[in-house]
Amino acid sequence: MKITREEVEHVARLSRLALEETEIDALTGQMDQLLGYVEKLNELDTEGIVPTAHAVPMENAFRADEVKPSIGLERALQNAPQSEESCFVVPKIIE
Amino acid sequence: MSFSQMSIRQLQQSLRDGKTSSVELTRACLERIAATDARVNAFVTVCDESALAAAAEADRKLAAGEGGPLTGIPIAVKDIFNTAGVRTSCGSRILENYTAPYDATAFAKLQQQGAILLGKLNMDEFAMGSSNENSANDPVHNPWDLERVPGGSSGGSAAALAAGQAYATLGTDTGGSIRQPASFCGVVGVKPTYGRVSRYGVIAYASSLDQVGPLAHNVEDAALMLGAIAGYDPADSTSVDCPVPDYLTGLNAGVKGMKIGLPREYFIEGLDPAVKQAVEAAIEVYRGLGAEIVDVSLPHTDYAVACYYLIATAEASSNLARYDGVRYGVRQRVEGGLTGMYEKTRAAGFGDEVKRRIMLGTYALSSGYYDAYYLKAQKVRTLIREDFLKAFEQVDLLLTPVAPTAAFKLGEKTDDPLQMYLSDIFTIPVNLAGTCALSLPCGMDGQLPVGLQLIGQPFDEARILQAAQAYEAETDWHKQRAPLD
Repeated sequence: MKITREEVEHVARLSRLALEETEIDALTGQMDQLLGYVEKLNELDTEGIVPTAHAVPMENAFRADEVKPSIGLERALQNAPQSEESCFVVPKIIE
Repeated sequence: MSFSQMSIRQLQQSLRDGKTSSVELTRACLERIAATDARVNAFVTVCDESALAAAAEADRKLAAGEGGPLTGIPIAVKDIFNTAGVRTSCGSRILENYTAPYDATAFAKLQQQGAILLGKLNMDEFAMGSSNENSANDPVHNPWDLERVPGGSSGGSAAALAAGQAYATLGTDTGGSIRQPASFCGVVGVKPTYGRVSRYGVIAYASSLDQVGPLAHNVEDAALMLGAIAGYDPADSTSVDCPVPDYLTGLNAGVKGMKIGLPREYFIEGLDPAVKQAVEAAIEVYRGLGAEIVDVSLPHTDYAVACYYLIATAEASSNLARYDGVRYGVRQRVEGGLTGMYEKTRAAGFGDEVKRRIMLGTYALSSGYYDAYYLKAQKVRTLIREDFLKAFEQVDLLLTPVAPTAAFKLGEKTDDPLQMYLSDIFTIPVNLAGTCALSLPCGMDGQLPVGLQLIGQPFDEARILQAAQAYEAETDWHKQRAPLD
């Protein structure tokens, strides 16, 4: 086994996904199969190979720090599940 | 010649000559959608009223001799593009109530050039899929055979064209999501070089792989559309500031003397005989046109799918962290404070495939596994990219199949994620390498289209379009129409 049910439950918590028991069962098998498949990368010796994070060689992209028109409060909040005045409203954070 | 068989350039001439109007073209597309989309399901939103209003405005411009090459042309875009004031759901329940507050740059460019938005196209949820069956909406049906998938994730973008519902569409391609559906639906699809087209306002899946591109009825239309959307955008710091050539100039220059490489790793067992035969016939067409055919090797091809599913899922797990029920999307109301709200919102809002990829990606990035999975995959990505760069020292472009088979049946691969992933085996390496490729129709497997892939050097879209045009001019595959009345 590449991954245990307990590890899947842990990853679900990291992913902020409240999964059903049946989903955890299915994912344990599927992730095990997929992790088994990606093992094939270990056939390759990658000692000293520089990792590619980005397909196009790129340095930091700097721009002038200028104030420009932005999306505005009304449009920024238009899709909020709950908002009040100029804020997004969320459930209580500190018990 | 009916308007449905005309290129965009010919249509534009007809509009300018007063032989048709944008309102007439737009109305015909809307009628076609009404007549066929109950079966095809390519559209998730149809913008009847705004399309006709925009068409009337385009007609005024045309009458005044104003506007550009896209003025009055009805198009549609994948529901992954933010389109201001229009619902943008990305194939997901979690965004089913989301109205875009602004426009994606690629779409804005088309609109500024006068194109008419017919509506938004169905897709796999968050562009994760190869069959469109991962859409929170009902899946798209392939117009060539309604029991088969259109491919994915830009399945709606390809099927809308095959069904004659639009003159061109936009899609996105992270591991083949433009080229594979283009192949399955018998249309042309271009995945430009990473950085060629702005990703601003395009809902992100895997940011180092995602790229916007056009799907069209023929090569010339695809070239025209690419020219319309390409270029540096200050709002996307990964778009590349290099000149955009006129893709129509030189399109007809032919392939005489061009060196075309055949990567031997793409002509393997498991390649469907009908696909193999169609691609081999295409090679002979190119030989006949004076191209030089060269055998080449991309030795790390077999590792691309594994590499992709680590990198893409890792990036996805990070990108999709934003869907937390706070700023947009559907929130689940639960007891249990903020974390409980996050967990229930995400569990209820995402479909199975999206959850699977978030889980795999989170695992690959998690403490203790990062080096073994994510970093390892990034190193293998370097090897895959170098394969291409070495091959391009020998040849001008590469020719391969797009997918191992023609369109498969709905439901055929839904129970086996790995088999589904392997249907992208010939398209994924191009995204990892970050270069450009296109798909164009090159034959039939019974009643189903087969696609040919041409892979170009970075930022050399003009050459693969030129080679595609040479093939299209010699053959009639692009003129075939899906048997959908």
